[in-house]
Amino acid sequence: MSGTPRRMTLAAMTACALAFALPAAAQPKEPLKIGFVYVSPIGDAGWTHQHDIARLAMEKNLAGKVTTRYVENVPEGADAERVIRDLAQSGCKLIFTTSFGYMNPTLKVAREFPGVDFEHATGYKTAKNVGTYNARFYEGRYLAGIVAGRMTRTNVAGYVAAFPIPEVVMGINAFTRGMRSVNPKAVVKVVWVNSWFDPGRESEAANTLVAQGADVLTHHTDSTAVVQAAEAKHVWAVAYHSDMSKYGPDAQITAVTHVWDKYYTRVAQSVLDGTWKPDHVWGGIKDGMIRMGPFGKMVPQDVRDLEKKAEAEIAAGKLNPFTGPMKDNQGKLRLSAGQTITDEALSKMDYYVEGVEGTLPSSK
Amino acid sequence: MRITLEARPEPSRAAMLLTPLLAAIATLVVGFVIFEAFGKDPVAALHAFFVQPVATRYGVGELLLKAGPLMLIATGLAIGYRANVWNIGAEGQLTLGAIAGGGLALAAGDAVPATLLLPAMIVAGALSGMAWAAIAAWLRTRFGANEILTSLMLVYVANFLLSWLVHGPWRDPEGYNFPQSKLFADAALLPSLLSGTRLNAGFLVALAAVATAWVFVRRSVWGFEMRVAGLAPAAAAYAGISSKRNVWLGMLAGGACAGIAGVNEAAGPIGQLLPSMSPGYGFAAIIVAFVGRLHPLGIAFASLLMSLLYLGGESAQVNLALPSAVTGLFQGTLLFFLLAADVLVNYRLRVQRGLPAAP
Repeated sequence: MSGTPRRMTLAAMTACALAFALPAAAQPKEPLKIGFVYVSPIGDAGWTHQHDIARLAMEKNLAGKVTTRYVENVPEGADAERVIRDLAQSGCKLIFTTSFGYMNPTLKVAREFPGVDFEHATGYKTAKNVGTYNARFYEGRYLAGIVAGRMTRTNVAGYVAAFPIPEVVMGINAFTRGMRSVNPKAVVKVVWVNSWFDPGRESEAANTLVAQGADVLTHHTDSTAVVQAAEAKHVWAVAYHSDMSKYGPDAQITAVTHVWDKYYTRVAQSVLDGTWKPDHVWGGIKDGMIRMGPFGKMVPQDVRDLEKKAEAEIAAGKLNPFTGPMKDNQGKLRLSAGQTITDEALSKMDYYVEGVEGTLPSSK
Repeated sequence: MRITLEARPEPSRAAMLLTPLLAAIATLVVGFVIFEAFGKDPVAALHAFFVQPVATRYGVGELLLKAGPLMLIATGLAIGYRANVWNIGAEGQLTLGAIAGGGLALAAGDAVPATLLLPAMIVAGALSGMAWAAIAAWLRTRFGANEILTSLMLVYVANFLLSWLVHGPWRDPEGYNFPQSKLFADAALLPSLLSGTRLNAGFLVALAAVATAWVFVRRSVWGFEMRVAGLAPAAAAYAGISSKRNVWLGMLAGGACAGIAGVNEAAGPIGQLLPSMSPGYGFAAIIVAFVGRLHPLGIAFASLLMSLLYLGGESAQVNLALPSAVTGLFQGTLLFFLLAADVLVNYRLRVQRGLPAAP
């Protein structure tokens, strides 16, 4: 009699062990669920569009091993936390949150889901299960500046910008330095539209810049409005995020495009392999996170060669767009001769370099 | 054959109860077509929209969390709308409330206990929301400026003010120049109402506002006068009801509620100041006020419905991979039918065969 309960306990324990062990053993065969949170609709071009292209490329590269789901047009604020949590609860083991404003919500949810890995784009806070990733878009901006510097006839470029955060400011500065590296007379005028996506205001700003003499336009906003405005006004355009040549076939001289394909595939593979670690990735031209072009048909061969040469130098680590001597546009020396900028200083950049007109809003 | 709308002598009770049902049926029919057209199982889609979001305790918490600001703002707006005072700028008043409450939270840091700080933040939010609305009220009563335009334009001014603060003086010095304030100290965060959810004490404030509004509209002389002014402006003027006072009351009620909603967002789910504090609650609340027929109880239900629509849209994206444009289309369909069907409360359809008889 005394043996029975013990045997029953044993049986129960074995049953438990089996019940828990079986699904665990079956797990590797189940595809990895991956979630994406997008700040805007996917659309035909722009920031989110590039992330979605990469999501689809990853699905293709890892066919059968991953499934993905996404939520688009998620405002940065109170709603983001719920969407991220919903994705975690729905079984996603890897979640990409693709906008800066998702930083604190991502961290909050990550604390509750230690078994889920999070990748947050463009932020600066990491955790045990939160890594960040971003690209050195300023490298592409510098290269686009070289093309713009050679193509301009008025020596004035117009820049339609969203918000005066370091990410945008370093792009303006790199573009300006690229232009002036081949055309010391070039200046850049900036109009802030205080929105990431507002086609109406973007195109108004573009027209204002053309009226002020700009014959090359570029933008750090999400729509195709600036390229379209350039097409209508018969001036050149440098597209950002995506290739927008179909919106400005006679305007687009080149484009700085975002390429997350390889990165997403690599991260997903590392989660599959169990080797994922939170990292602070800031890749550039050499990592294939930025792709230039295509060149417009109006760009002559010598300009193309010049750009390709600089591109190879950046990829090889021989050229840094922010190498001294570098003055800000108030005349203060920011980098002495030969000195290159630190990542720390770059990620806090709050001044315009020489050649940019005007003062940065709200800089003290 | 001609179909005309004929005014009813008085609103139809039956239609009042039946139109929401009619709208629901119409929405279901259109929903079936939309989902079918996108190759999704309509039943699964409707399940994802209306059941899945509230299938868990956490989901219910989220529903109430999102309904809170809508309920609060719509309640305040409806007081004015009943008297034909059209405050369209609740979004800006919300922003001002968040600035005042958030500013207080940032200034206090850890130094002030929550029992003192939170009430102070809510009062500050209400007052600054009222102050923002007062600008439009003054322009209307002093110069006859249309409050629809002025209150709407002030939304943009409020957004720029907040934008300037978080890009400049209130920017987190540790935040790599990104436009965000520091995270608030714990004392400035609203306490949780339901463990395991994000629902916080702000929801109680919203319920209190609904109750107060009901008493004001139904039981106070001023509330009565405002209703009269809305129904029959000429009669109200003849009876000596001050239209200026109605403008002030209507605008200030809306401003106070929106301001408190701003504090609740800052001190609730967000916990800091961001360049944008609301995903358009101030505008969505206008729809909520009308779907709720400007009645406090109706508004309470309408805000729950609106909140469910938001959550359902996300749920349909996560679970069925429906694009957000399609979920938006479906949400718009439901709201459209709800508002359109309300025509039948005050009008009846009359079908005339042949030519109308000679007069």
